[in-house]
Amino acid sequence: METKKTSLFNLHQKYGAKFVEFADYQMPIQYKDGIIQEHKFTRSNSGIFDVSHMGQLFIFGDDNLTEDLENIFPIDLKKLNLNQSKYSFLMNKEGGIYDDLIITKIQKGYLIILNAACKNQDYKIIEEKLEKKYAMNLDESLSLIAIQGPDAKNVLEKIIPNSNKLRFMNGDKFYFKETEIYITRSGYTGEDGFEISIKNEKVEKFVELLIENGSKLIGLGARDTLRLEAGLCLYGNDIDQKTSPIEANLKWAISKSRIEDNYPGSSIIKNQIQKGVKKLRVGIKPETRVIARGDTKIFNGESKEIGKITSGTFGPSVDCSIAMGYVDNIYSSLNTKIFLEIRGKKIPASICNLPFYKKNYAKGGTNV
Amino acid sequence: MPKEEQMSEVKFSKEHEWIKLDGNIGTVGITQHATEMLGDIVFVELPDVGSSVEKDGNAGVVESTKAASDIYTPVSGEVIENNQSIADDPSKVNSDPESAAWFFKLKIKDSSEMDSLMNREEYEKFSKEGNS
Repeated sequence: METKKTSLFNLHQKYGAKFVEFADYQMPIQYKDGIIQEHKFTRSNSGIFDVSHMGQLFIFGDDNLTEDLENIFPIDLKKLNLNQSKYSFLMNKEGGIYDDLIITKIQKGYLIILNAACKNQDYKIIEEKLEKKYAMNLDESLSLIAIQGPDAKNVLEKIIPNSNKLRFMNGDKFYFKETEIYITRSGYTGEDGFEISIKNEKVEKFVELLIENGSKLIGLGARDTLRLEAGLCLYGNDIDQKTSPIEANLKWAISKSRIEDNYPGSSIIKNQIQKGVKKLRVGIKPETRVIARGDTKIFNGESKEIGKITSGTFGPSVDCSIAMGYVDNIYSSLNTKIFLEIRGKKIPASICNLPFYKKNYAKGGTNV
Repeated sequence: MPKEEQMSEVKFSKEHEWIKLDGNIGTVGITQHATEMLGDIVFVELPDVGSSVEKDGNAGVVESTKAASDIYTPVSGEVIENNQSIADDPSKVNSDPESAAWFFKLKIKDSSEMDSLMNREEYEKFSKEGNS
């Protein structure tokens, strides 16, 4: 299959992007400044991320749609207000995760943001579960960009007045040059920020205005270091079809009111909540600067293998090596000493709290 | 071109290491071109002082934000010194790769191994051809 380009491809080139192939798309891994500078700029100012490769799935329907979607997603959709967003999962019948996603109640239906590598399969699974009763559109005419960081609200406000009134995990319709756009206050960096869904033909002009107002394009490389410092999962690394939300320590995302209900994997999830799990996702801090990449084996003090790293990098804002992975539950408590096998050596490390980097999300309105 | 280079011989390997010769002592580092390909360097592992290294054999590791890469020694010898300052602050490798951020010094076992390496002109041509 030929790799696809997003509508910002030319702009990425103009700003000196190095490209990588990601989920069939040519995506910028970094620009001229490099990953560390891009990471720090996002934390101190604001960064723009092209996430147009992600799926924007619209499903239209009435109260029956809400009812049917509750049979798919383990969240209380009836309580979701118009323009409110929630993090959730598409799960298999074993409680494993097909994809993690953000679902937003919009007028006449829902908007679901899906991972690029999963979006086509997700569409098929959801279409089948909904028995083709509703209009569904994985909209390729829309781009998706994120602006993240402490200055994101000020930069965006100059272009889209009143966008800074949005509350965290809430969205609304706005207008950019007579075109309707949809903005949610959300993100994947541990910073305050927004995601903007906008017509492909308008996105380049929009991003150029963000840059003129002081923001900078940031590549997938820094997106990964930012999300890992924030303790957020990357689908395919930290969660997949063989891990459940409970094992992934994401129980908070399953609505309490839904635990007794039916959805794919519900009996396994309920059982795991009541009886506990064998393995658990944890934060891991190596004692040296060595990087513990994905698939690094984890051992206890007696050289018994107890788990595996799923993501590891250098955290530019915390200035140390950081990782996360799964360990046998008995080794998951804070400060437990473990060993990581890297290039034949056992590197001491310990279980630590997530996130590695903490910042308060904005509440929106007058609190901003 | 660094000043001392005119006085002493600097050669380059296809693995993008440089080696500066001073008598039978060689100082080894990675090239500017290598750092540009690697991106931000965040971890350096150096060969132990006293260890023997074989030409084109493993002699350390650099990790960038993107990936880990092995460091190879351009010639055989015994490691007599390693540069702890780059282990403490790996970003020095990005800022001054061909001078202050050397990796290790070795006592060269067989100086004829230097003959197979490239001079600067040859290396620049080699790296411009997109070899990595």
